[in-house]
Amino acid sequence: MKRIIHLKVNGLDHEIAVEPRRTLAEALRIDLGLTGTRIGCSIGDCGACTVLIDGVPSFSCLTLAVEAEGHEILTIEGVADGNKLHPVQEAFVEVGAIQCGFCTPGMVLSTLALLDYNPDPTEDEIRRALSGNLCRCTGYQKIIDAVKDAARRMKELS
Amino acid sequence: MKKDLKVIGKPTPKLDARIRASGQAVYGQDVVLPNMLHGAILRTKYPVADIVSIDVSKAMQLPGVVAVITGDDINANNINYKRDNPVLKRGRVNCIRDEIAAVAAVTREIAQEAVKLIEVKYNVKEGIFDPFEALKDDAPQINEFVKGDQHINIAHPFYYEHGDIEAQKRKSAVIIKTRFELPRMTHCCLAPCAITADYSNVDKRLTLYCVTQIPFLFQRDMARVLNMAPSDIRIIQTVIGGGFGSKLDMYPYEPICALLSMETGRPVQITFDREEEFIASPTRQKMTIDLTSGADSKGKFTFREARIIMDNGAYTSWGATTPFVMMQTFSSMYQLPACIFDAKAVYTNNVYAGSFRGYGNPQATFAVERNIDLLAEKLGMDKFEIRLKNANYKDELTGQEMKFISCGHKEALEIVSDKSGYSPCHSREGGNLSNRYKRGIGFASMLHVGGGAKIYPSDGCGTNLKMDDFGKLTIITGSSEIGQGSETVLAMMASEELGIDLKNIKVINTDTDIKPWDVGVHASRTTFVAGNSLLGALKLLKEKLSNKAAQLLKTEIDDLVYEDGLIESTTSGESFKIDKVVREIHFKPPNELCAVYYYYEPGSEFQDKYYKGNVSDTYAFAAQAIEVEVDTYTGNIKVLDIHVAQDVGKVINPLGLAGQIEGGVVMGMGYALLEELYSEKGYILNPNFHDYKIPTSVDIPNIHFYPVETNDPYGPYGAKGVGEAPLIPTAPAIANAIVDAIGIRIVDLPITPEKVLKALKNDA
Ligand code: FES
Ligand code: FES
Repeated sequence: MKRIIHLKVNGLDHEIAVEPRRTLAEALRIDLGLTGTRIGCSIGDCGACTVLIDGVPSFSCLTLAVEAEGHEILTIEGVADGNKLHPVQEAFVEVGAIQCGFCTPGMVLSTLALLDYNPDPTEDEIRRALSGNLCRCTGYQKIIDAVKDAARRMKELS
Repeated sequence: MKKDLKVIGKPTPKLDARIRASGQAVYGQDVVLPNMLHGAILRTKYPVADIVSIDVSKAMQLPGVVAVITGDDINANNINYKRDNPVLKRGRVNCIRDEIAAVAAVTREIAQEAVKLIEVKYNVKEGIFDPFEALKDDAPQINEFVKGDQHINIAHPFYYEHGDIEAQKRKSAVIIKTRFELPRMTHCCLAPCAITADYSNVDKRLTLYCVTQIPFLFQRDMARVLNMAPSDIRIIQTVIGGGFGSKLDMYPYEPICALLSMETGRPVQITFDREEEFIASPTRQKMTIDLTSGADSKGKFTFREARIIMDNGAYTSWGATTPFVMMQTFSSMYQLPACIFDAKAVYTNNVYAGSFRGYGNPQATFAVERNIDLLAEKLGMDKFEIRLKNANYKDELTGQEMKFISCGHKEALEIVSDKSGYSPCHSREGGNLSNRYKRGIGFASMLHVGGGAKIYPSDGCGTNLKMDDFGKLTIITGSSEIGQGSETVLAMMASEELGIDLKNIKVINTDTDIKPWDVGVHASRTTFVAGNSLLGALKLLKEKLSNKAAQLLKTEIDDLVYEDGLIESTTSGESFKIDKVVREIHFKPPNELCAVYYYYEPGSEFQDKYYKGNVSDTYAFAAQAIEVEVDTYTGNIKVLDIHVAQDVGKVINPLGLAGQIEGGVVMGMGYALLEELYSEKGYILNPNFHDYKIPTSVDIPNIHFYPVETNDPYGPYGAKGVGEAPLIPTAPAIANAIVDAIGIRIVDLPITPEKVLKALKNDA
């Protein structure tokens, strides 16, 4: 039986009818058309589906849509400020951290969460913060560099 | 007029990076079409069985199901290189990924549910999972579609030789014979396979939104499979979430999706989940290599004799032709007077192998480089010296008749030796004072095609250029972007030539109805071939612009420079904006469009029937030196530093290049230390990321990259191919480093802590 739920995504309220077993990833992608959240494995192994729930990086493929009710969800579509990319996104672009780009939304969201509670992470902390996000293209070095660059950019802004 | 390069060689973010960073890029799984259905595939339960009956009635009754098809319902020809793979199997199944039926339904969940309701009766059979078993005289035929005079289970034999091997054996002071076992590795593209097929029963045309890296061959092949005209099939490539060679073949799910769309008259989408991706996408060839290598008393290599049995799996993809590349390494990496190469791709009832970045070369290089260390050791020679002594050189014509018109092999070796701080009496003890941790350094080189590879009647690429009245350039190229950054490289070349800003350049490369022919993304050919094609087109475009500009500026064509959006006369200093010149051409008699097309065919040659000939216009060389630390208590291997020197001809985009190098090296590390798709009696044991580990951000070492610029005379700005090379020498260099550290014997991959511990125990 479908249930009506309210999801707050990127600051906007949505009302959708979902089966109880619908994952948040499916609700975002199928019901709300927010396909920037990628599905790489559906079982919590790859991090491509990472979103922030109340600021905490979460695998949306493992979260049920009904569980997300009443929480603030941030997806990649809500990261940029209108037409202006977020400094984390800028850093990923400029440093060359994006190849096929499939891992990028998840990486960007994990980075946002990291820099939020630790604005000045060490290389080691960056590596650990991203260890749940797989990337098959870049070999991670440029992604780690991008996180450092993002930290610098954000400090300049604040 | 010659000017300094302003764009080429400068770090340039990828043109498409912003779209990808914003989440707006549309991958296969994101495509949505009106009235779209979702497809799912029923695969066999047993690797080998006769199919006694298939009952789809329950599936058909499930609300939301629109169509169910089996092999009996369709009219489709076999796919794959040897046309030995039915799209939907009838009568029998040969491996665990075999497709038996497919469903189209209104949602993906319903389609998957319906698949479970299909009832299949099997008569389970014994299979053959070892290629050596398959080669026995009394072995039954595995794939019923194979013909030919070979053993019935040989999918593809290769034989090559040069030089007088017997004479070279007599000359040899040392001879090393080793059997190597290389595992099944799989691509693990982060985006699982996805396709959307849209067949219109009104105009009888099929549009496929798919992820192929060879759109024109794919189009042609799809037409053959479906008995359609190629021009009635339009291939639109979605953004591709990783390729690495996996998208070089067509797989059954693609025509199945088309058939479901044809059956229902509605668009149908099939996306794999990760488990299906692991089981039903290709692997690197698992193989056994018997390699005998010789060297004379001075350390000059004398001969190599390689005998190889590859596990083809149940069907034959392009991947069965990897020996074509492997033999180049056996015959020509380092100078070599004599070589015998004998390889057979052998059918088994395992999942089938495909093409994978490096195309056989990682396996070949592993064997060659391991044996070199063993030769050096037996000769009492330094392992770096022996490599340097035998290194390839410029203008070398190899035994296989490949011509090294530019060659940075020696330089690459010297750089990595130097930068790694290697010295022959290198200490094996780690920084830790206990002798628990041991360190070692290993070397390996690589040779790979770098200027196309002639394997198809055309190795070429077309380019159409259009400059609009606002001075903006559209590059329509046959080549494809699979994340490797080719779009950006092409735009940089155009920006350089025309003096216009990158943001005024658009690259169109995803639609076979629009773009000109190209053979596809393979053989690290795109920068070289598509780059040369673009430069040819730019020359034509500039001719048009220069003629008009010279007239307007009352100057000679030779005195014009293109810079900052202007065409300027160096004699008078006067200039016109480039868009103004275009408008003069366009709107004033004789009213011409500022558009051109150009086709480039590289000088690569078909090899003769003895596999001799200059298969590529140029070749790439590289060397790596890798330092590891082994924990002798746990067997854990920590890769500390990887030094990579690669002959790239010329650096076009340092940012993209470093990305290719780092990504390749880390993939090579996965091959060396982590990755194996385990198969037992035809079943895949680890079809997920927690049992099949790929490197993560915590695993990676420091990667130091030193480009070697040899300015290839045929390359665009001197550049040559890059993409495959970086992963090729990584596994052997790591293996050699581990042997250097702890002196164990390594003949197979991946080198897991368990294997290290076992070897240490056996040695003790
Ligand atoms: S899709 Fe959620 S972790 Fe992979
Ligand atoms: S860029 Fe392709 S998976 Fe990370």
